[in-house]
Amino acid sequence: MDINDFRSLITVLGLLCFLGICAWAYSKHAKAGFDEAARLPLSDDDLPAPRGRQDQEGKKNG
Amino acid sequence: MQSQATYNYKVVRQFSIMTVVWGIVGMLVGVIAAAQLVWPQLNVHEFLHFGRLRPLHTNAVIFAFGGCALFATSYYVVQRTCHTRLFAPGLAAFTFWGWQLVIVLAAITLPLGYTSSKEYAELEWPIDILIAIVWVSYAIVFFGTIAKRKVSHIYVANWFFGGFILTVALLHIVNSAAIPVSLTSMKSYSAYAGVQDAMIQWWYGHNAVGFFLTAGFLGMMYYFVPKQADRPVYSYRLSVVHFWALIFTYMWAGPHHLHYTALPDWTQSVGMVFSLILLAPSWGGMINGVLTLSGAWHKLRTDPILKFLITSLSFYGMSTFEGPMMSIKTVNALSHYTDWTVGHVHSGALGWVAMISIGSVYFLLPRLYGKSEMYSVKLINAHFWIATIGIVLYIASMWISGVMQGLMWRATNPDGTLTYSFVESVKASYPFWTIRFIGGALFLSGMFIMFYNMMKTIAGQKAYDAPVLAPAAAHA
Repeated sequence: MDINDFRSLITVLGLLCFLGICAWAYSKHAKAGFDEAARLPLSDDDLPAPRGRQDQEGKKNG
Repeated sequence: MQSQATYNYKVVRQFSIMTVVWGIVGMLVGVIAAAQLVWPQLNVHEFLHFGRLRPLHTNAVIFAFGGCALFATSYYVVQRTCHTRLFAPGLAAFTFWGWQLVIVLAAITLPLGYTSSKEYAELEWPIDILIAIVWVSYAIVFFGTIAKRKVSHIYVANWFFGGFILTVALLHIVNSAAIPVSLTSMKSYSAYAGVQDAMIQWWYGHNAVGFFLTAGFLGMMYYFVPKQADRPVYSYRLSVVHFWALIFTYMWAGPHHLHYTALPDWTQSVGMVFSLILLAPSWGGMINGVLTLSGAWHKLRTDPILKFLITSLSFYGMSTFEGPMMSIKTVNALSHYTDWTVGHVHSGALGWVAMISIGSVYFLLPRLYGKSEMYSVKLINAHFWIATIGIVLYIASMWISGVMQGLMWRATNPDGTLTYSFVESVKASYPFWTIRFIGGALFLSGMFIMFYNMMKTIAGQKAYDAPVLAPAAAHA
């Protein structure tokens, strides 16, 4: 095989691979996993409890 | 006890603070260089000459300011979304100190005149080796953290950060391949020659834009916009396609920097076509980020951090529309070598890269010091407006002077001679360079406000390391 055929083949395979990824991304199969992944930053409470709130919680507990 | 473990915020704090510091330094050098164009007598010494300050400015804002912002946010995001502490904390500390050393060495060697003369890769070979070592360490820390994650998914922001880290390693190592004159000399010669050298340089140069200045900052977008808006990203599917479309296309766009040069014509056309294709994923990503706010638009009114993030996306959309247009050969025949290019770069660099970094750092700083918000939200708002006005002045003046220069350079008399001498176009550019200087100075003054706000936020606060949270229980 000529090197240029090989280059063309790689380009076509690249395109097919990308189209495959698009089809997978928009398939029903991937939906549930994506919804779960999309929640990852939001289900993670990263705000330190303000001192006021901590005190209140302390009082509640006490 | 596992429950006592805390996230490694130390390295995030260090990089966040240095983002602001290097932002001020890099932008100050930029403002000085802008002033030198208006008042040439400011070129007082060879060390401080425009020709040496310009690469110092670009290196400082891209690699020192932008780089520190990327390290800080990627280390924060990868820990929080993987629910695990950073892998190899010693190596993470090394990436901080190593990167700072690179920056200091750049600040010393560039004014001294040591340069490989490759744009955005000016640093000479010993520093290049240090960069490669730091970068490989970065990759080990980042991918090591992903490997020990406690959740099954790798959040999309991490894909963008990961793509950025891998590609920059590849770009830097390939483009910086050089042969030193001797082991005791700073001088080296590129491993490539002629048009191959030019093509590899702009393969590097454009992918530095595409991966260092885009993919990494898109990682920020996909985490900080949903977080600050308190809504999941508009379409996760689109974000996946966005990622892979950028990966598949960006690599080929470099030749548009070499239109009408010795580069083969077909290569130029390939570069142009791929640059035009890039409009689609870029706008897909921009729309995905902006629509994350749908149903929560009112938050923009009161939340200046969100203003920074969303405005950055508007500028991302603008510059990724402008870029493909400028890559069209006939448009490029007008725009290349003019101030239009400078305006385009700054629409991306100030509007997109700097604004999303600034918004992200405002998000991070309070959390890294155990607070719920910055010392002054009003000052964030002031910073936002001063920065926005600065950018608008900057890019509008560069558009006008750029198009004017292009038209003046190509104008010919009926007998075929040039209508204008070059120096006439320089003279006509002065008013616009003055406006650009003012715009840049405004943007810089916003960074000083940020610095003050940061110091006030940190003052008297103990460094805070948040506990590592167990991943939220099984999602419905």
